[in-house]
Amino acid sequence: MVKGAESCVPLSEVATSNTHGEDSPYFAGWKAYDEDPYDAASNPAGVIQMGLAENQVSFDLLEKYLDQHPEASGWGCGISGFRENALFQDYHGLQAFRQEMATFMEQIREGRAKFDPERIVLTAGATAANELLTFILADPGDCLLIPTPYYPGFDRDLRWRTGVRIIPVHCSSSNGFQVTLQALEDAYVKAEGMKIRVRGLLLTNPSNPLGTATTGHVLEEVLDFVTQKDIHLISDEIYSGSVFSSDEFVSVAEIVEARGYKDCDRVHIVYSLSKDLGLPGFRVGAIYSYNDRVVTAARRMSSFTLVSSQTQRMLASMLADREFTETYLKTNRERLKKRHDFITEGLKNAGIECLPGNAGLFCWMNLAPLLEEPTKEGELRLWSLIVHEAKLNISPGSSCHCSEAGWFRVCFANMSQQTLEVALRRIKDFTENMKAKQEK
Amino acid sequence: MAQILLSRKAACNTHGQDSSYFLGLQEYENDPYDPKTNPTGIIQMGLAENQLSFDLLESWLQRHPDAAGLRRFGRVVFRELALFQDYHGLPEFKRVSAGFQQHNVRLQALADLMGDLRDNKIEIDPRKLVLTAGATSANEILMFCLAEPGEAFLIPTPYYPGFDRDLKWRTGAEIVPVHCSSSNGFRITRAALEKAYQGARKRNLSVKGVLVTNPSNPLGTTMSRNELGALVDFVVAKDVHLISDEIYSGTTFDSPRFVSVTEAIEGRAHVSDRVHVVYSLSKDLGLPGFRVGAIYSNNEAVVAAATKMSSFGLVSSQTQYLLSALLSDEEFKGNYTGENQKRIKQRHDRLVQGLGRSGISCLKSNAGLFCWVDMRHLLRSNTLEGEMELWREIVYEVGLNISPGSSCHCDEPGWFRVCFANMSAETLDVAMRRLQDFVASGRARDGDSRQRKKPILGKWMLTLSSSDRRSERGC
Repeated sequence: MVKGAESCVPLSEVATSNTHGEDSPYFAGWKAYDEDPYDAASNPAGVIQMGLAENQVSFDLLEKYLDQHPEASGWGCGISGFRENALFQDYHGLQAFRQEMATFMEQIREGRAKFDPERIVLTAGATAANELLTFILADPGDCLLIPTPYYPGFDRDLRWRTGVRIIPVHCSSSNGFQVTLQALEDAYVKAEGMKIRVRGLLLTNPSNPLGTATTGHVLEEVLDFVTQKDIHLISDEIYSGSVFSSDEFVSVAEIVEARGYKDCDRVHIVYSLSKDLGLPGFRVGAIYSYNDRVVTAARRMSSFTLVSSQTQRMLASMLADREFTETYLKTNRERLKKRHDFITEGLKNAGIECLPGNAGLFCWMNLAPLLEEPTKEGELRLWSLIVHEAKLNISPGSSCHCSEAGWFRVCFANMSQQTLEVALRRIKDFTENMKAKQEK
Repeated sequence: MAQILLSRKAACNTHGQDSSYFLGLQEYENDPYDPKTNPTGIIQMGLAENQLSFDLLESWLQRHPDAAGLRRFGRVVFRELALFQDYHGLPEFKRVSAGFQQHNVRLQALADLMGDLRDNKIEIDPRKLVLTAGATSANEILMFCLAEPGEAFLIPTPYYPGFDRDLKWRTGAEIVPVHCSSSNGFRITRAALEKAYQGARKRNLSVKGVLVTNPSNPLGTTMSRNELGALVDFVVAKDVHLISDEIYSGTTFDSPRFVSVTEAIEGRAHVSDRVHVVYSLSKDLGLPGFRVGAIYSNNEAVVAAATKMSSFGLVSSQTQYLLSALLSDEEFKGNYTGENQKRIKQRHDRLVQGLGRSGISCLKSNAGLFCWVDMRHLLRSNTLEGEMELWREIVYEVGLNISPGSSCHCDEPGWFRVCFANMSAETLDVAMRRLQDFVASGRARDGDSRQRKKPILGKWMLTLSSSDRRSERGC
């Protein structure tokens, strides 16, 4: 019960719990950055933000587009479309925009899968899409299985208001953290032992924080597993456009189609424009479900989280420009790959190994050799040194529920090239100092 | 093969979409009136939208192309906006200092508008504002923050049909109606509140608060300062919360002036922590598509929790940018508010006069985008069935989609909510003529000489059994 300054009117459990998860180091590091943010000119000794998985490498392409197409952000001559747009709050979403989203998702998969615009439900961001699906697929007290390491935000997004639990599927570095059938079985049995009903499995593909695309083979195994257990599969494909080589990405949609849409009532895909197009501020997320009842329920529930009709209209216009989207996707991938190679090279130079990655806006790096002790506490102590001495905000693996100590996620697409160089220099200095200390 | 199971929430119908309120909207979608192409179609009078003042917004946009064009002084500010995700427990937004300032400007712009609507008797502090994707989201967030599953909020009847979904569906909270009666103009009395409270207790429901809509939907009336004071006394006595949904505050067109609950609690000790206001730009500015809602609370814990929850329904930064530019224009704002209210009054008066010509009266109102219309004298029987029968006739025979009082949980049959601000004056006149014809022909009362255009019963059954075909509109 929370006491206010003047009265004692209690709030709900949900309001006062910390299942919002914001007390984790993932967010604490941001605070350190917030208090002392790096700026090349005015604060060169400040903390560099490497904990934010944002894509800033391709803004110029978007800005150029908007500059050349002012009609995309307006409402046409005489603003005749303004009225209709301002009134439009249909939870089906703007037909034109859904159409463009479906096509964009097909483009990302280079036509290897088809998407029906009628199965797309728009939400204000993937954050809302994931929560919505959880409300629809699971009851309070039930659980979702999630392979570790996973995006720290899931603890809040999937659990906080829904009352649904997460049971981790432990993955290990011995096979590059790939999901195995054994790990899935172990998690399922664990849930059964705790008398918790498993309602689904949530996979992020490509993975955050690993930066790897799931192989077709693993996807087939996962689909067989969920079918055998008669549970749902949520495939969060928010980073699908950020795979450096487009043919290395296999979407669960491709597997579903290859299986002739058999038993696909349990498959649901989450997407968003926040990562691929770098537009988190515009709040554009989507659920794509092969299950009619889920689509209907999700549409109704999306009333709580509709996308601004102004934004739908602008993006429908932008995405309709196929030449633009083709060029954008290709250029974006190239730039991300370049950044990725630059940082992994720099880390190697500093004696740091990363998990070989082929996607995403971050690397999964191994600092286990620098740990005093191979424990979560050891990892957090190292992390604290990195934040306060090296002045780099990176994300400790424990905040992603990684079962092995010493792994860290480091983002590379949310800063300029110059800042990245500064960051790499600091990492090199830091590791050299640490090694020198260890040798003493 | 058995269908894969969904959650109880997904499978139940607490989304409320089987109610007549939504059915009427569907019928309109099937046969919408158009003066040229479908002059016998159904006229939409069930949608509380404000379409009266778009020209003012449109002309502002034409004079300020930067705002929609995502430019500031001609320079594209796209990058900042595209990255800007509101801070809600994270230091994110302070990262881009320009973005931070813009964040403050946006909230300040909204805070200023809310202050203006309260005649600036109250200063609205932007730090106590939480932006949400519409009032729909704001109301649900407050319920998540204030009530456990199974706990109850008292809501005076008649109330907005959407509350059944917005407040109960995912939260698991309960609504206990506070019955108001036409004998005193549906005003909320202490006795009614007390009766509802005791009723809840008998059902073993723990009451966590009261939610009022002021100005009222569907009544179109504002609460006096005394009434607000009495309401606050009640929530203090019971040690519960008070949510005041003030979404229609800017539509007050006549005296008495709108008094916000924030004004009513000024100077009172020990109450501000329990009072929370909901606002939105959907009604006053007529922008429901842009999804701009807000929670305003003096309770820091509520603001903190609500801010985090707003992650699930943030307002697009593109829209925030446009609207903060619009609302920061003092001249525009002042001119708009006055002109908008004038037009609402004119339209309201037109409807009242039109109804009067049919011998139909309404509850005297000074706000809102609708009238609360008394058709009790047209009922064949003073029952729910009688109301539904009359409603069906009005929808199918007369071709007007109006909202039956029962869908608003009114327990006196015969009252209907009729919207007037979502159509042209000419269409309103057509609607009034049709109503006049209907009443004059005596069809409402006369059971024998009814002439049906379509087989009503069959169509009704069809309507009830169909799943939703089109959108429901939050209104």
